[in-house]
Amino acid sequence: MANNVNNEPQIESALPITVKNLTKTYGDMYALNNVDVDIKSGEFLTLLGPSGSGKTTLLMAIAGFNRPDSGSIKFGGNEMILTPPHKRDVGMVFQSYALFPHMTVAENVAFPLKLRKVNAAEIKERVATALETVQLGELGNRDIDQLSGGQRQRVALARAFVFKPRILLMDEPLSALDKKLREQMQIELKQLHRQLGVTTVYVTHDQREALTMSDRIAIINGGEIVQIDTPDVIYNSPSNSFVADFIGESTILPLRADASGKLLFENQPISDGPPENMHDNGKGWALVVRPERVFISDESTSGDENVVSFDGIVKEFVFQGDSAFALITVAEKHELSVRFGTNSASFQNALQSGDKISLGLNLSDITIIPGDE
Amino acid sequence: MLLGFSIPAILVVIAIILIPIGWLFYLSFIGNDGQFTMEHYQKMVEYKSYKRVFFTTFQVSLFTTIICILIGYPLAYFLASLPPRVAGFFMLAVLLPFWTSLLVRTYAWLVLLQKKGILNEFAMNIGLWDTPLKLVHNMTGTLIGMAHIMLPFLVLPLLGSMKKIDKDLMHAAANVGASPSKAFWTVFFPLSISGLVAGSLIVFVLCLGFYVTPAVLGGGRVVMVSTQITAILENQFNWGAASALGVVLLISTLLVLYISSKIFKFDNALFGKK
Repeated sequence: MANNVNNEPQIESALPITVKNLTKTYGDMYALNNVDVDIKSGEFLTLLGPSGSGKTTLLMAIAGFNRPDSGSIKFGGNEMILTPPHKRDVGMVFQSYALFPHMTVAENVAFPLKLRKVNAAEIKERVATALETVQLGELGNRDIDQLSGGQRQRVALARAFVFKPRILLMDEPLSALDKKLREQMQIELKQLHRQLGVTTVYVTHDQREALTMSDRIAIINGGEIVQIDTPDVIYNSPSNSFVADFIGESTILPLRADASGKLLFENQPISDGPPENMHDNGKGWALVVRPERVFISDESTSGDENVVSFDGIVKEFVFQGDSAFALITVAEKHELSVRFGTNSASFQNALQSGDKISLGLNLSDITIIPGDE
Repeated sequence: MLLGFSIPAILVVIAIILIPIGWLFYLSFIGNDGQFTMEHYQKMVEYKSYKRVFFTTFQVSLFTTIICILIGYPLAYFLASLPPRVAGFFMLAVLLPFWTSLLVRTYAWLVLLQKKGILNEFAMNIGLWDTPLKLVHNMTGTLIGMAHIMLPFLVLPLLGSMKKIDKDLMHAAANVGASPSKAFWTVFFPLSISGLVAGSLIVFVLCLGFYVTPAVLGGGRVVMVSTQITAILENQFNWGAASALGVVLLISTLLVLYISSKIFKFDNALFGKK
């Protein structure tokens, strides 16, 4: 999409979105519970969470399709909470695409411009440019039911940005596409976002999609934002067990505090104390281990004080092509997930279940989170 | 192989539809003396009374259809917007009269609308009007009764097409800047037209051949083709003339269907998508 830099549609400026104390209930269920979020101008923010977490409710509140019980939504300083959707001037791509079946591709894209009483010549030009941008230049005269899923997605996108909104909302726009097309569209959407520079709020339940596309990710669960940060911070330093579990693969191991406050895993010191930036929920502390950070230890790492070591027994070993996955029983009661690259030296000796194995993990690769039980 | 199962149905269609209609055609060309004649059709062209009967038939059908659209469209829109459980209740209200006898409903209207009927008495009691209004045994009564009976035939296909409209489409229209009324006229209404046309056509065509309601509520003043056929048979026992009327009604009904299918391209609305 970005190969057409010269006649790209220009968005004059993007708008920041400020959400404050937003609450929305359905019966006694909190769909949104006192949500605060600051979305910067031009940012690509992803709302990520399981189904029913409130992420779509938040998006719909920003679009104006539901009325929150309390709180505030500001676009660049202007309160929007009472503004009806058709006056909010935000573009939106719907999960079902919501293309008008009685209009052609070009008519769909022209619709927002016609409503704005843009003159016919300019409409023609802008529709052509928008379709060009989403690589559908040839298909303007097609009916919607003649398009493939991927093409519909692009039309929906063109319709959402053709009127130069300063905010673009997307509700799981890629969920209906097959895996290959989805991955291709992720890159294209990312490029389009860079090209348009528009503030983008993107809803998905696919963590890989969120990691691929976002400037920042807001993890939502039970109507609350659990953590909001850049993809690498979210992945490397999850702030609680929900995030650690939801993003990527992980094993969460319980820690024990000794008399001096040191945190131990099976008598191995992990940390001098709980991390300072974390809230102690009174349920103890736990260790997050990412499967791909674990390695098979040898002489060079044994005795290194920056390495935590686990002695265990192989329970399961599966070859998966680009990597191999193993389940290791550690200290007789914990199951540790481990992933090996299939081209690495560590993979040379394929494992059998029942094998004894020594594993290591750099202290810099561990994250301590509040415990769960 | 599966075609074999359709053979009984095809035979029934031939036996109860094609043969009687063929017989009807044949009779319409037979005079009282048993000889072949065109006189029944000639009379229809020559006599003004026949023209008036056809005019009345089309007039009643058209007005009934218009009344049904004016009442039925908002009703279907309302039903389509309700949550399924509540919609079910209101749907029952639409369908309940549909399941009761046509004759009963027609006579019920007679009771309600007649000179000393409930409506006139009530209106005069609360002072809406002083002398009883003539609400029955005329065109007014016929149209009220017909519209009531025909309404479900319009609402059902219309509701079907409205329910198929994705709610996200209205959201999408609002999102790109359409006010609620603009979104209705540019998105919802165009997408509901196929159901509206299908329903209107069913109502119109059913009205063309309707008998009971105009006979009872028209009180002899609203003479439609069907009532005229009965009159000819009862008074003159003239099978030829009655058959000729039937044939002309049948042909004009088919003509209406054919022309509207050309105008509205509704074949996919009535007969499924091409």
